Amino acid sequence: MTEHDHHHHHDHSELSETELRVRALETILTEKGYVDPAALDAIIQAYETKIGPHNGARVVAKAWSDPAFKQSLLADATKAVGTLGHVSRVGDHLVAVENTPQRHNMVVCTLCSCYPWEMLGLPPVWYKAAPYRSRAVKDPRGVLADFGVSLPKETEIRVWDSTAETRFLVLPMRPEGTEGWSEQQLAELVTRDSMIGTGFPKTPGAPS
Amino acid sequence: MNGVHDMGGMDGFGKVEPEPNEPMFHSEWEGRVMAMVRAMGAAGAFNIDTSRYYRETLPPDIYLACSYYQKWLLGLEDLLIDKGFVAASEIAAGHATEPAKPLKNGKFTVDDVERIMVRGKFERKPSAPARFKPGDRVRAKNMHPATHTRLPRYTRGHVGVVERNLGCNVYPDSAAMEAGENPQWLYTVVFDGTELWGPDTDPTLKISIDAFEPYLEAA
Repeated sequence: MTEHDHHHHHDHSELSETELRVRALETILTEKGYVDPAALDAIIQAYETKIGPHNGARVVAKAWSDPAFKQSLLADATKAVGTLGHVSRVGDHLVAVENTPQRHNMVVCTLCSCYPWEMLGLPPVWYKAAPYRSRAVKDPRGVLADFGVSLPKETEIRVWDSTAETRFLVLPMRPEGTEGWSEQQLAELVTRDSMIGTGFPKTPGAPS
Repeated sequence: MNGVHDMGGMDGFGKVEPEPNEPMFHSEWEGRVMAMVRAMGAAGAFNIDTSRYYRETLPPDIYLACSYYQKWLLGLEDLLIDKGFVAASEIAAGHATEPAKPLKNGKFTVDDVERIMVRGKFERKPSAPARFKPGDRVRAKNMHPATHTRLPRYTRGHVGVVERNLGCNVYPDSAAMEAGENPQWLYTVVFDGTELWGPDTDPTLKISIDAFEPYLEAA
């Protein structure tokens, strides 16, 4: 790679310099006819409106309500999610992993930031940052403690390091006290972190 | 490459700090960077594995000190310069001064946005049968390629069990270097925590990676 100078860019406080540099690059790409800036606006808008944890929450709520759907989700998540017209299309390589009283699943990308964008939106900063990426595979209970989450010590913890194009969605356990709830009500309980494995769904009646 | 990006198992980075009600972008420029990377990739300037490789090759001190989208910006600049789409002098000037280089898929326009909102397909036709099957014991090779790889250091030399065959997929190690897709079988391989981290490790811990066949040998 080129040896041009990076050393001005290591300080978070130099945000305005970064901002200028981003603008300069966009100007160059536009002037050279590589991108239409309106298309960049449209990409950002699409990410802001079409993807997000609401997609994953609908899938989870459906799996909690419909045993046949749950079975197909665990067998082939890409195909199962594809049958739900209202959820954004996910492309290939989605795998759903089920939490049980015996086993808790947690997802990480130690090498970078692989994450099921279509199901959960863009990943939060902590997911892409060194503390989580370094410790999730070695000390997941310590990481869970950082989230205020603890598990019985006999519960098996399975950490999925997303090292290829497979994307993992954790299917959390359905909270007790939700018998007879509609899918829409259930979806309200599903948090982003519960689908990464660093949290639990909300419990009925608890303050959100 | 044995870069600082390969963080699994490193100590000293401190606590995880979740941010309540985190916004999708913390500044407007982050969204612009994300969109430029997506657009230039879709226009054919580079493939996704090459863009990942360029972020990994940022100098370690820069990598650790930069925010996520700052890394994306620096990686994108380097990549566009190396591939001849932008000149370093243009970055310095903040304006185009050189002729454009044709893009494989042409200019990225509003009409192209829809297609990038669906993930690409990475599965390919195999040229040979899979060497391993679920239940097989395999060792992650003791290998240290100087270029892009998806075999994390913390698994190398360790024995795990194949859990699932994920099909034959584009091999990022080749694709990142623009050496073709070179499809390889991909498996979920599960390791015991104690195998990776020693006898004092939580006995309930299991860790899996998705490992391409060239990373594995029978054990």
